[in-house]
Amino acid sequence: MIRLAKEYFADQRKDDLHELGKGLQRSDAPGHVTAKTKYFADRTFPGMLYLKMVRSPHHHARIRSIDTSEAEKHPGVARVLTHKDVPHNVYTILILIQVGPEDEQVLAEDKVRWKGEAVVAVLADSPRAAEEAAAMVKVDYEVLPAVFDIDAALKPDAPLVNEYHGQNYYLYDSGECRKVRFGDVEKGFAESDHILEQTYWSSPIEHAPAETTGCIVVPEGNDRFTCYTNTQAMFFTLDNTSIILQMPGQKLHMVGGTVGGGFGGKVDVTVEPISILASKLTGRPVRFVYSREEEMQISSPRAAEKIVLKDGVTKDGRILARQVWGYTDAGAYSRHSPYGAQKGAAHYPGPYTIPNVSIDTYCVYTNRTPSSAMRGFGVTIADFALEVQMDKLARLIGMDPLEFRFLNAYRDGDMKAHRQPTEGAALIECMQEASRTADWPVAERFFKMSSYKTEA
Amino acid sequence: MAIRRGRGVAAVNYPTGMNLGGDPSQALVHSTPTGNFMVSLSSVDLGQGLKQVMAQICAETIGVATDQVTIDTADTDTGPHCMGTFASRGTHRIGNAIIRAATEAKQVMLEVAAEELEVDAGDLETDGAGNIIVKGAPQKSISIFDTALAAHFKQGRSISGRGIFLVPRSFPETETGAMKPSTCYAHACTVAEVDVDDETGEVTVVSVKNVFEIGRALNPKMVEQQLVGGSWMGISHALYETTEPYYPKREHGGTDFNQYLMPGPGDLPETEIVVLERPAADGPYGAKGPGEMCANPQIPAIANAVFDAVGVRVDTLPITPERVLRAIKAQHN
Amino acid sequence: MAKKVPLQITLNGEERAEFVESGSTLLTALRDRFDDTSPKGGCNQGTCGACTVIIDGELRLACLTLAEMCDGASVQTTSGMAKGGVLHPLQRAFMEGFAAQCGFCTPGMIMAAKALLDRVPNPSRDEVIEALAGNICRCTGYEPIINAVLEAARANSHNAA
Repeated sequence: MIRLAKEYFADQRKDDLHELGKGLQRSDAPGHVTAKTKYFADRTFPGMLYLKMVRSPHHHARIRSIDTSEAEKHPGVARVLTHKDVPHNVYTILILIQVGPEDEQVLAEDKVRWKGEAVVAVLADSPRAAEEAAAMVKVDYEVLPAVFDIDAALKPDAPLVNEYHGQNYYLYDSGECRKVRFGDVEKGFAESDHILEQTYWSSPIEHAPAETTGCIVVPEGNDRFTCYTNTQAMFFTLDNTSIILQMPGQKLHMVGGTVGGGFGGKVDVTVEPISILASKLTGRPVRFVYSREEEMQISSPRAAEKIVLKDGVTKDGRILARQVWGYTDAGAYSRHSPYGAQKGAAHYPGPYTIPNVSIDTYCVYTNRTPSSAMRGFGVTIADFALEVQMDKLARLIGMDPLEFRFLNAYRDGDMKAHRQPTEGAALIECMQEASRTADWPVAERFFKMSSYKTEA
Repeated sequence: MAIRRGRGVAAVNYPTGMNLGGDPSQALVHSTPTGNFMVSLSSVDLGQGLKQVMAQICAETIGVATDQVTIDTADTDTGPHCMGTFASRGTHRIGNAIIRAATEAKQVMLEVAAEELEVDAGDLETDGAGNIIVKGAPQKSISIFDTALAAHFKQGRSISGRGIFLVPRSFPETETGAMKPSTCYAHACTVAEVDVDDETGEVTVVSVKNVFEIGRALNPKMVEQQLVGGSWMGISHALYETTEPYYPKREHGGTDFNQYLMPGPGDLPETEIVVLERPAADGPYGAKGPGEMCANPQIPAIANAVFDAVGVRVDTLPITPERVLRAIKAQHN
Repeated sequence: MAKKVPLQITLNGEERAEFVESGSTLLTALRDRFDDTSPKGGCNQGTCGACTVIIDGELRLACLTLAEMCDGASVQTTSGMAKGGVLHPLQRAFMEGFAAQCGFCTPGMIMAAKALLDRVPNPSRDEVIEALAGNICRCTGYEPIINAVLEAARANSHNAA
């Protein structure tokens, strides 16, 4: 199924490796096939408590009161946690790379902003007792108007989703969006033979790892806690937990291992802090593992996006101007979305050399499940829009879609819209090989092109 | 009413590592008394095989066999900091950290061997078969086993090394957006062929031909694993997947694998993968991050193939039969 | 505290008895009481196949099977497949065919494949696909898994010949 095409870039490469370049067997394969590989949940401890989260049934509501008295009396229940128990109840995970403000409560205090938001954590000595007790928690809500999509959220009279931001978009240092300005798009459009403006949409996508998100926490007995977790980032989780629980980092010990798939879904730090807190307050091991339903509807998905592309193209196939408006539906909280939207700004206008570019990318808040990182974060849906647009542009001017890409492909030394010269380009060679492999004919001159050599 | 065939192309690039950098990873390497090597990390293996690639990188750098290297990772008590496993950064960032740590450890190892052999450390190299030899005079040699013993019990030296790799953080200029998002990019071009049933709107992917440029295939079998699986996910994204099929409506969301749709066993179309290698200047042995990029080009390639087949555009993902049918219907009206 | 009931099973050929919580699933019983964590809890709702086991020769999802119903039954799991340190042909084929990435679905896949090969030693590709249809893998695109099962069948028939 795979072929290494060594004929490309042979002059760029020394094929003198010994241990690398070989398809050696994975050291973890014997463990996988004998089921000896240990995942975080393949552990059980005496006295372990099971955490069940009580979640908001409303998209947007004020919490009038929380009554846990009945749940606390339920047989098997060890402890019921509310916002009052969380030392630093408001957080945002990217605070570690100076992206603020903190905008999300660990357990909701005054409001819920999406259907599924965590409100109360119930700890019991069996999953069944935890479920039964969770159903006994009474939360009195005053339902508020909610907003569900990007366009509606950005209207001036839209309900405010998140008071920590004060408006329904993330405020960058550049303002309401991350901006890239290169050349003069208006001039580029004026010089173009055709202008095409199109809008692309996507809806949320689930990572669906085989193993759901979770952790097991064990007190070490010396006020230190070992957390067996399937996080994708050990210290990211440790440091965020340390902030939320106001616990010095040396009290925390994160142990990972082989994770049953991540795809970006296990970087949100949603299970570890509350579980460590529960273990600290009860002195017992605590297990909190998302059900498949929670993994699908509660864990953050890939964001829905709206992307507007406006291109100016000449009839002989040069893109003279590209304007982009990208909108990331972050849901109710930031999680990693301000980063993802900004990554989109860096990615446009795609692997093409375009002299006039304008990019605005927005991170928009709605009353939806918070979205976050997923494989191809900030890029996957952008590529869908960009490459469908390329196809439309080619057809608009009656040109072969692959040849059209050759004409505009970036090459070493070309200046990108974000003002970095292109280095290490290889798009042209990929297209040449695709033409050969897929038997998609293009004119001979495109085979003479190179990403790095000047044409003879 | 007929089955109509079409094909489409898409070409993409993808940055390696966290956008705008600022995402360090560290590695510590040390030898055991008998000349095996331990690599201490806190990086997470998500199943992509990070531990195996890291062992190969360490082995290549020191000049020993891969099975002499053990990776100890994902424990914050024993491993130095790693930003995390995401953003196609594992191989590139952690691999570079290991190269630095292993290079430092190798230097100590050669110095210990030099003292044992009474030669200059600069005249020594490893032979890849467990020995340290004098360049040009391989009969004069010492095994790595004996070198490690000498380091531990005779010379009192620690054969070890430290490594960190950090791409300095870039901050976008607010008005122009001038910034350095990444130091290297992987590339891809995919041609997809589809059959569209214009009566049901169903799209069947007949074949995908993927060309991926990934800098360097450090373990081609594992590269194949990831690229094939990624190509499958791209197809799945294009045609099936969403937690909210009628976004922005919040209803109808799947809660299990019967409702959340993905292709099943046997649904993978004919898949061809060609790998190109243009080594990245700052990649570990030239490698870039292929993990995310490989799932992207199939989506627009399939969308374009659908248009080629039935002449309608579905600009909303996923491209469900309902959306295809509605587009065909709208075109007829 | 929930009532405990005795459960006696033959687990991978070995007579075993433990007390389990009344009403618990076989998945919970195997993992928490019998220390066999090879069946995985991927969904606990019968839609992912990660907990696939073989009960009295029949393919079953441990997460949908009441532990008490298995009293006296013979249960096979992936952890019992390697005999005397020698891998079962399916395990070898999965390994050599790079059919496992994260490995979480692998034990269930191997069980589903074993149930097929026990019944149909030389299955067609379509029969393999049908046998694996209840098992979710997010990493591989399934193709290496299908090929591994076919390869194991070939290796089996070689050994038999």
